[in-house]
Amino acid sequence: MSASLATVSYIGATILFILSLGGLSNQETALRGNLYGMIGMAIAVLATVFGPQVSASGIPWIIVAMVIGGSIGMYAARTVQMTQMPELVALMHSMVGLAAMLVGFATFIDPEAAKGFVGAAKSIHEMEIYVGILIGAITFSGSIIAFGKLSGRIGGNPLLLPGRHWMNLAGLLVVIWFGREFMNAHTIADGMMPLIVMTVIALLFGIHMVMAIGGADMPVVVSMLNSYSGWAAAATGFMLSNDLLIVTGALVGSSGAILSYIMCNAMNRSFISVIAGGFGTASAAPKPAGGAGEPVGEVVAVNATETAELLREAKSVIIVPGYGMAVAQAQHTVYEITKHLREKGVKVRFGIHPVAGRMPGHMNVLLAEAKVPYDIVMEMDELNDDFPTTDVAIVIGANDIVNPGAQDDPASPIAGMPVLEVWKAKTSIVMKRSMASGYAGVDNPLFYKENNRMLFGDAKKMLDEVLVVLKT
Amino acid sequence: MALTIGVPREVFAGEKRVATVPEVVEKLIKLGFRVAVQSGAGDLANFSDETYRTAGAQIKATAAELWAAADIVFKVRGPSVEEVGLMHEGQNLISFIWPAQNPELLQLFAAKKVTVLAIDSLPRTLSRAQKMDALTSQAGVAGYRAVIEAANAFGRFFNGQITAAGKVPPAKVFIAGAGVAGLAAIGTAASLGAIVRANDTRAEVADQVVSLGGEFVKVDYEEEGSGGGGYAKVMSEGFQQAQREMYAKQAKEVDIIITTALIPGRPAPKLITAEMVQSMKAGSVIVDMAAEQGGNCELTEPGQAVVKHGVTIVGYTDLVSRLARQSSTLYSTNLFRLTEELCKTQSEKNDGTIDVNMEDEAIRGLTVVKEGNISWPPPAPKVVAAPAAKPAASAMPVAKKAHGHGAPSEPMAGNKLAIMFGVAAALFWLIGASAPKEFLSHFTVFVLACFVGYMVVWNVKPALHTPLMSVTNAISSIIAIGALVQISPIVGAVDRPDDLIRWVAAAGIVLTSINMFGGFAVTQRMLAMFRK
Repeated sequence: MSASLATVSYIGATILFILSLGGLSNQETALRGNLYGMIGMAIAVLATVFGPQVSASGIPWIIVAMVIGGSIGMYAARTVQMTQMPELVALMHSMVGLAAMLVGFATFIDPEAAKGFVGAAKSIHEMEIYVGILIGAITFSGSIIAFGKLSGRIGGNPLLLPGRHWMNLAGLLVVIWFGREFMNAHTIADGMMPLIVMTVIALLFGIHMVMAIGGADMPVVVSMLNSYSGWAAAATGFMLSNDLLIVTGALVGSSGAILSYIMCNAMNRSFISVIAGGFGTASAAPKPAGGAGEPVGEVVAVNATETAELLREAKSVIIVPGYGMAVAQAQHTVYEITKHLREKGVKVRFGIHPVAGRMPGHMNVLLAEAKVPYDIVMEMDELNDDFPTTDVAIVIGANDIVNPGAQDDPASPIAGMPVLEVWKAKTSIVMKRSMASGYAGVDNPLFYKENNRMLFGDAKKMLDEVLVVLKT
Repeated sequence: MALTIGVPREVFAGEKRVATVPEVVEKLIKLGFRVAVQSGAGDLANFSDETYRTAGAQIKATAAELWAAADIVFKVRGPSVEEVGLMHEGQNLISFIWPAQNPELLQLFAAKKVTVLAIDSLPRTLSRAQKMDALTSQAGVAGYRAVIEAANAFGRFFNGQITAAGKVPPAKVFIAGAGVAGLAAIGTAASLGAIVRANDTRAEVADQVVSLGGEFVKVDYEEEGSGGGGYAKVMSEGFQQAQREMYAKQAKEVDIIITTALIPGRPAPKLITAEMVQSMKAGSVIVDMAAEQGGNCELTEPGQAVVKHGVTIVGYTDLVSRLARQSSTLYSTNLFRLTEELCKTQSEKNDGTIDVNMEDEAIRGLTVVKEGNISWPPPAPKVVAAPAAKPAASAMPVAKKAHGHGAPSEPMAGNKLAIMFGVAAALFWLIGASAPKEFLSHFTVFVLACFVGYMVVWNVKPALHTPLMSVTNAISSIIAIGALVQISPIVGAVDRPDDLIRWVAAAGIVLTSINMFGGFAVTQRMLAMFRK
């Protein structure tokens, strides 16, 4: 295959990738979008393999490597549970990061790669390698930590080192300093030392950054790392002068950045404050002095039977799932209940807060897995006006996203965050394991509202009991 | 010492309700009380003595025995003079009293040195009080029953039907007054399939009417009709004129009119004149829920259903008693909630004693006589909920603005935009001045691709964010291309550590293939799950 043919194939692949992202914009075209992505990827890989830059002797290596990687990937994709999606995605981001680092190093030690460059072009090429490895390393270590946090291997609480912003700043200065050293190095051996020091710092920076972020901010982190993996690909594209990589990396990078932005908006927080971390500690959320103050009133607990009674008498029900539903694996029972109620003519809908769960769209995927039809799964904005006409709103394992304090109490740490207004329903039922506060460490006045009932216990177990009562 | 709650049989003629049902007896016993019920108390509401006994209550044969044994008496209607005679010092009574209409009753209580809580004097605007609000629960029952009475007297279907035997138009129902009873009537009539219209002098209830499936008919006149405390007030002459015209128009159009208009402490306003009745179609029905206070219709005869000018005018004053089992159940739950409130301040839980805590706003409002001292009327309640509705509504759009994604964000302030363009221009100038041509062409592609990504991704539904992430993750394994081009040794290259590069590149390919295959496969799996 000639170089020109390879280039047009790349253009084809690029178009397919854009169509792929566009196809994902709604459920009807999403599967087709995924298919476009696969075809685009196949074209890109084949065009490269049969293109001028790969000779016949490399092909066996490629096949072996792809078979190994492909089988691991397929196995993981088949066996992963939908509740573990955030972990899987985070782990996959780390692979992109690591691959970007490897490609960067391989390019650096390859004298052929830099052969044609002189003057400014050479400096730029070196800078591209340096930046590419930097982003790759941050993505890699950050994603590994995110994976650890999401899978529960590392505690969800933010780790706040003293003077952490200064540490980050110092790290940045060191990276810039060694960048200069690296550009001034004449031989590969000379440049290796600054490059490795920078890599280590970047890895530490990635770890530190994600460690400092609390569990509730995980959706932002996951989408941010998604964005980074794209920028890493784009940087690699610059390094190799490959437009396909640049375009694709930029697509992925901007898509991740937009997701992060949407997530931040959904929490009414700036991107910087999320990255700076520290949300979700008791000390960072001092109790508001004056203002609405401590919520007053009493909590009314109900049992599964009473919940079932309430549901049976309701005409319209809204279910608000949160991370607790994912943890308890309760989505199937939720669907059973939904099905039962819908057969009885009850209008059941789901209200999804943009940051419910641990990654963007987490709840939608879980509900889809449980076969909940997507046309009854609504976004916050679509549903908020309907709560006053709803008989029962059930909150399953969510807390901060239904906290009326965000609207009423300007002193609340989550003030201004858009929330689902479940308290406007005739009755709201909150399913929780205990009275503990959510990730934001804020007490929830909802629990003390007159029309609120609490159903304590494991979400799955309680919902099973509700279902049994409903069916009798 | 656990107190005994006594439930006498109601003595008022036609009263079928009972103040406590067996289900609530059990709950009261759980709170630590003993419960005594007069034999036959629940008979008219279909609760036999036997069910009370099973629930744990003692049955007392006569009223005298019961009143003597009870420390707290639960009743529906205010006591008759004879019943007051049976009371003893220190006794507590909870029932409807209507202290404003019955000042002499208060004097009798005071003389007996008893404590009386009038359930009708509950401060209704207190949100905590809703669970004890017997006026609301009973009005709801009455509203329901009014529609049932109307349906009974009305010679046609409520819902429109198209049958083999011809087409039936739906009944048109007009409901005057959208208080609790009115709203219950709207909901019931709408669920029977009728076309429902309603009117109220308080404009803020329009939304509630619509939410129940009714249509709010406005009076063409500007005036705010909230009289404080959630009740209506007397309106001006101009308003009343406009209102009469509206009613006259409705009377000609509709089949059924249900009137619920009451003003506290005054005779019911006459909304429906004799002429309006005359103008209605033959076979139409009027249910006058205000019959006890004189009626909203001029032709109403309280306590009876009469036919005048071909229109059936139902003036029953015992609508609630006509659904005695339901209304008793709701009423006794209201009393149970009140009992819980009375126990709340006791240090020992569930010991069957009460504390009439005059510091508590709800209990203060309810208590009309405390240990022989008349404490009615109570000081005015501190807050009225209704006016708060307006600022809340206007605050909403502001809050909304902050999170409307999907649409591009609001236009930036001019100077901010200028700074951004300035910075971007400087940056581009810097790049253009120093970078070689080769780099610039890549840079162009990069910037344009960022914009394409931005445009494309904005439209993605939040429901698909996870699949989007996993597909972009799969696509980012395009980095494999970088590893692919490195794996082959380059012919004629000098000093190239071929083996090392090959191993590194192979590792890169393994990693990216995990991503590539895994990412697409898991996306496929996820998307296949989304279904309608």
